[in-house]
Amino acid sequence: MFLVPDFKGIDFFPHNTRLPFMRYKTLCFGLSLVFMALSLVVIATKGFNYGVDFKGGALIEVRATSGTADIPAMRDKLNALGLGDIQIQSFGTPADALVRVEQQPGSEEEQQAAMKKVVEALGSGYEQRRVEVVGPAVSSELRRTGIIAVLASVLAIMAYVWFRFEWQFAAGVVVALAHDVLVTAGIFSLFQMEFDLSTVAALLTILGYSVNDSVVVADRIRENLRKYKKMALPELLNLSINETLSRTVLTGVTTIAVLLALFFLGGAVIRNFTFAMLFGVIIGTYSSIFIAAPILDYLGIKRDWSDASTKPNPGGMRA
Amino acid sequence: MLHFDRWKIISIIGTCLLGLLIALPNFFSKETLAGWPDYLPKRQMPLGLDLQGGAHLLYAMDTAELKKDWLLSLKDDARKQLRDAKIGFSAAGVQGDAAQVRLVKPEDSAKALVELKKLIQPVGNAILGTSGFNVAVAEGTEPGTFTLKPTDQGVQERVQSAITAAIDTIGRRVNGLGVSEATVVQQGRDRILIQYPGLAEAKDIQRLKDLVGKTAKLTFHEVHPSTTVADAKSSRIPLGYKIAQSAEKADEPGSERDYLINESVIVSGEDLVDAQPSFDQQTNAPIISFRFNQSGAVKFGDYTSKHIGEPFAAVLDDKVVTAPRIISAIRDGSGQITGNFTVESANELALQLRSGSLPAKLTIVEERSVGPSLGADSIASGRTAGLIGLAATAILTVLAYGTFGVYAVIGLLVHGIMVAALMTLVGTTLTLPGIAGFVLTIAMAVDANVLIYERMREELRAGKTPIAAIDSGFNRAFVTIVDSQLTTLAAAIIMFWLGSGPIRGFAVTLSLGILTSVFAAVTITRLLVSMWLKDAKPRSRTLNVPV
Repeated sequence: MFLVPDFKGIDFFPHNTRLPFMRYKTLCFGLSLVFMALSLVVIATKGFNYGVDFKGGALIEVRATSGTADIPAMRDKLNALGLGDIQIQSFGTPADALVRVEQQPGSEEEQQAAMKKVVEALGSGYEQRRVEVVGPAVSSELRRTGIIAVLASVLAIMAYVWFRFEWQFAAGVVVALAHDVLVTAGIFSLFQMEFDLSTVAALLTILGYSVNDSVVVADRIRENLRKYKKMALPELLNLSINETLSRTVLTGVTTIAVLLALFFLGGAVIRNFTFAMLFGVIIGTYSSIFIAAPILDYLGIKRDWSDASTKPNPGGMRA
Repeated sequence: MLHFDRWKIISIIGTCLLGLLIALPNFFSKETLAGWPDYLPKRQMPLGLDLQGGAHLLYAMDTAELKKDWLLSLKDDARKQLRDAKIGFSAAGVQGDAAQVRLVKPEDSAKALVELKKLIQPVGNAILGTSGFNVAVAEGTEPGTFTLKPTDQGVQERVQSAITAAIDTIGRRVNGLGVSEATVVQQGRDRILIQYPGLAEAKDIQRLKDLVGKTAKLTFHEVHPSTTVADAKSSRIPLGYKIAQSAEKADEPGSERDYLINESVIVSGEDLVDAQPSFDQQTNAPIISFRFNQSGAVKFGDYTSKHIGEPFAAVLDDKVVTAPRIISAIRDGSGQITGNFTVESANELALQLRSGSLPAKLTIVEERSVGPSLGADSIASGRTAGLIGLAATAILTVLAYGTFGVYAVIGLLVHGIMVAALMTLVGTTLTLPGIAGFVLTIAMAVDANVLIYERMREELRAGKTPIAAIDSGFNRAFVTIVDSQLTTLAAAIIMFWLGSGPIRGFAVTLSLGILTSVFAAVTITRLLVSMWLKDAKPRSRTLNVPV
């Protein structure tokens, strides 16, 4: 023993599972395509509930100095100011409220003036916990960089996977990533959850996690391709997925446990962000198994690795 | 692969201890830290505004105004140049984005061109090299006319120096407020970011905005001696003059007093050497008394001596504050400005004048302010979530992998400490998304260990000897770990590059966390397993690997 007495861990997972993932590949792949299309439709029709970051305007989080926030009274007071659409919702505790003022016509100064009016109207009964005012110039920039960030990430990841594996892997990964981003965005659109900068950060992290997952499966597939040159491709893909299943499940469970802790205890400010991550982890795991692998099957991959055209695999490590 | 030289073990442990030492200050309050001996590191990670509360104000400079001011002064320079060269001109004005002059005698064109070209200056400086010129002088469409047009590089250079000057000025103003931990930096081409941590009340933030938002451009202009405002409005504004509104609020709206003033500036706030709030000796109203520097005093003296009996206007930010008549020549460069001042506004204005005026108007394009109560709440929830996340991960890992799981958890702790140490060293700001990112890297660190241990188990099941299985576990998993973590790193780098503020904090924590998690899994865990091996091998013939 060293530091602690020897004890084995509980091997959660039955090994030698041969869950027939690939048998359902057409069904699941088709289902995924349907979900992607649905998401596109939802986004096109319902649009996003953009936060202040992308839409401009002002966001003020207030807390009643005593008692709970009287939202109807606030609404009356603020609507009388004539600042356009004002949304007020409860946020976190009953004493907290979130006031959203839409972007005022005109330039940056109008946004500031509107924010001042709202603060004055609310008076001393409410303490400002947080204020965010984004003018038209910055909001349009953030919109642009948000989209570019997601696209650039997908491209960068695809390039790296192509570099390390064959092009078919890269194709599979890209479709899986597109699926993850689309479906997560679709959920946000469907439930009109606030879509702001932190949502984009969550999307980018989901990309990272999903590809992390896909690469682990791809790595095993590559290894098996070399080991079992004669095995039929669908069977080999199945084997690879089954072999990595224990790792996939365990890492997924740990990540979800950690994210759940963040979701329930991390405070209201990052709740949207954590929800996106939670959803993304589940979707990301799904896509690695049911999208990336089937695409490999559809595209076919060469089995003859005897020529030295493969990327050199570092054989071992020096300690 | 599983053999660690003594010196390697020492250096690994040493690195961990060093990391602990660097990260330690973050867990204590500033007061406790002050009591520590000096040889211990005391630096803490800077907290983002969303954790400590404060104001984040992003200002954009009005580059159109800058350009207009430049054109006006170009026009004046052109006139002076031609006058000194005794070349007559009939008109000089600003049209669109160029200054124009019209010569009396078109035959003088060649000579005029030479003179006007003397106004061109290269862009850049002797050290870094020059790249083009700031103004382009060209003949106009009609013979005998010339245009002086700023080039793009010229405008860019002008904007850049204006921003640098503005940052200086704002720095002085903000420091004049008292406690200063504010940072004022440039963002992009024409924006300035002010971050003022710890700013508590909403009214304090408003004070800051008022202080920074006022350009405080003070200029003195001639008031047109003959034409009244009413005449100018009904017929035609004389060339080179403009109508300016009074800063005083009139009794009835619509009847504000207007003034017809010369566009050219007699003397401006740039030549002010001091400005102090004071009280009028007769009325006791708050006033500002000021003093010009040598060149300002000369300009002021010259003008006042030539225009005794006429009014002249003191214009503050495009509004006429006062327009007294010149009683006598003022040669000592001192004077007073009366106006509708309160004691506070006189104080504020004096501070602004002393700090210097801003080159152009600044508008807030983005504001994110967090009150201290929310900041404290965020830290508390972040800490709770982080600890619970860490605990949950530790329990799951130990349950799943036994003794080796314990080693993995030790690796996790090292990972956490190293991330904190790196962030303290680099000085990256910790934000709430950053805490979320850190919590995420804990899960990813586990992933690396899972890969290693699952492979070990697989090899054991396949019948490999324990040592071979352990070795193979680390070997085969390493490539996968690197591949998968690098792709997440790519996403994090892109986030950093394109993001700002809290997103950047998240990206940095994520990136650093990925690096340290790989270190922890590959080095620390491997070290502990190798030590287990060393301990176990002599004892038994067939090893029971506790994984």
